[in-house]
Amino acid sequence: MSNILEVKNVVKKYGDYVALNEVSLTVPKGSIYGLLGPNGAGKTSLIRIINQITMPDSGEIILDGEKLSPKHIQQIGYLPEERGLYKTMKVGEQCLYLAQMKGLSKAEAKKQLEYWFERLGIQGWWNRKIQELSKGMAQKVQFVVCVLHKPKLLIFDEPFSGFDPVNANVIKDEILELRNQGSTIIFSTHRMESVEELCDHIALIHKSNKLIEGRLDDVKRKFRTNSFEVGILSDNVEGLMYDITQKFKVGQTNFKSLNNEIKLEIQLGNATPNELLHILTQRGQVTHFMEKIPSVTDIFIQAVSEK
Amino acid sequence: MTFLSPLLFVGIAVFVGYLSSMKADTKKVAIHDETGLFANEFKALNSKDGEYVYQDLSSIDIKSLKDSITKESYEGLLYIPKVTNDKDLENKIQFISNESPSISFIENVQDIIAKKLTKDNFEKAKLDTLAIKNAEAKVNISLAKASGEESLKGLNEIKIAIGGAFGYLIMMFIIIYGNMVMRSVIEEKTNRIVEIIISSVKPFQLMMGKIIGTSLAGLLQFFIWAIIGLTLMIAASAFLGIDASPVAKLPPTIIQNAHQEFTGTAQMYIKELWGLPIATILISFVIYFIGGYFLYSSFYASIGAAVDNETDSQQFLLPIIMPLILAVYIGFFTVINDPHGTIATVFSMIPLTSPIVMLMRIPFGVPWWQLAISIALLFGTFFFVVWFAAKIYRVGILMYGKKPTWKELYKWLKY
Repeated sequence: MSNILEVKNVVKKYGDYVALNEVSLTVPKGSIYGLLGPNGAGKTSLIRIINQITMPDSGEIILDGEKLSPKHIQQIGYLPEERGLYKTMKVGEQCLYLAQMKGLSKAEAKKQLEYWFERLGIQGWWNRKIQELSKGMAQKVQFVVCVLHKPKLLIFDEPFSGFDPVNANVIKDEILELRNQGSTIIFSTHRMESVEELCDHIALIHKSNKLIEGRLDDVKRKFRTNSFEVGILSDNVEGLMYDITQKFKVGQTNFKSLNNEIKLEIQLGNATPNELLHILTQRGQVTHFMEKIPSVTDIFIQAVSEK
Repeated sequence: MTFLSPLLFVGIAVFVGYLSSMKADTKKVAIHDETGLFANEFKALNSKDGEYVYQDLSSIDIKSLKDSITKESYEGLLYIPKVTNDKDLENKIQFISNESPSISFIENVQDIIAKKLTKDNFEKAKLDTLAIKNAEAKVNISLAKASGEESLKGLNEIKIAIGGAFGYLIMMFIIIYGNMVMRSVIEEKTNRIVEIIISSVKPFQLMMGKIIGTSLAGLLQFFIWAIIGLTLMIAASAFLGIDASPVAKLPPTIIQNAHQEFTGTAQMYIKELWGLPIATILISFVIYFIGGYFLYSSFYASIGAAVDNETDSQQFLLPIIMPLILAVYIGFFTVINDPHGTIATVFSMIPLTSPIVMLMRIPFGVPWWQLAISIALLFGTFFFVVWFAAKIYRVGILMYGKKPTWKELYKWLKY
């Protein structure tokens, strides 16, 4: 089985409101899977169903080849977007309690906690109360709670919110390390730069429907528009513009360069890059020629506004 | 607080006992009796331990007396004016004081004057006062059960006191620990830790765990209180020599009079008390405690889940507290008058009031079948309520931001 999680035609309604409409997802083992979507798209509903917090109205979920059932709770780690811990409980006690709820024995939980506390440099916090910690510190504790039972599947909902850049980096490295150790990570976020950086698969949910799913490269390939950024130094700008506007759609663009050239974005349509280059080289000196690859942000905005 | 509360209670009881066993300051009352009929009656009441000391100041001019009572430390001045017709005395007597005297004192004074006047009236009419006194009949009906045992008066009060105490305890525990359940749900909800927990356990398990956990904590606390309280009470009365029981407040004469009767009847009372279904009372206390507490806690838990903070909970709490208060009222007003009447019986069956009303009825003897039906109904309702409370709970704990209406709660049931 190469897929850790398969969501098949899941429907979830709250009264008359449809939160998820026939949503299907496939999360490959060992991937970092970005679950994207605007606010209220249905991401949290889906995550709650995967965590068995709520039940779908129809459809099924397969975890590692088996139909999702209560015993799988121990194989999933969940970091909710809205963080919280018992404020008056001591850090150590609380982590032990939450770990035991995930099925660890007390001794095992303690061992794991010591490992993780040392790893994140928070050994001294065992006897402190959550309310004495800063928000970022409490987030670290919660991250530990989420991962310490070594789940096969980790679900992070906005994992970097509330962290300063240094700690965000620490957490990012830990996430990558967990992936390298064999966990699969579902990653729900609005922060597109971290998707770009971490995810190898993405799915986009919008208004209760799944719009896009696949390998990030494939999605990008699908969304590429065959347009090119061009920089050219030319004596006869009017002639150049005449030539290319005859054949292609042309727009202004901007990119960093050291020359004082004309910067254009040209949509090729069905033509090949060579055809464009041919025209360009006849009219001037080409200084820049690059395919415009859509960013996740572009894809996100384009997909959401299309529908 | 677990250990301090009983200490506090016992401390207060001892303190009150100490205060009431302290001798009150003697109060001086001046009497200006122009008739000369009553001064001696009052002076005859003066004794060393008496609360009031009467002084006959009839020889002093009433005007200067009125002025001086404020300056002197007199409680007040009883002014009995000279009248031509004794009949007028009924309305002409005044008690002059700066502070209003206690009602019992005035009633006492009225009683003394009335008695004296009546006696004089009898004598004027040439009636034999002794014969009249002897002619007065005193009736004392003794109570007996059909089974032939003799019952004792005042036993009803003892029974309602026992039943009432247990019923009241249940109400207190439901309100205190029900609120605790609610607060804990709200805390988990506002902390957002609830999402982590219910990704490990089912909401139903979390809710039941909370209810069972708090009820055990409640029972434990109750036993700790009972044990500490009892020990301290015994210790306090032994070491300090203060009897914290209400008997201390009775005047010594009554206790003395009661003493002769007591040795005889005390044994009967004790026998009668032992004859109460104590085992039934205790067992049903535990059963009704658990049943009633679970039932109400489920309500409290679902309310906690439905709201975001305690302020919003008031609207939903009222319908829960109403039946509890109703039950206590029915217990104290209806059960004591007619323990086996229709109203008492019906409300001891209705699950929302049965834990309190039934417990108050049990000391009066309740047929087994009624007890069985009542308990069955209570637990049946409990399972039903838990089922729908769990539904509201499940939806509610993940809903943030707005205060739901009753209509919305109804909608949640269908999710």
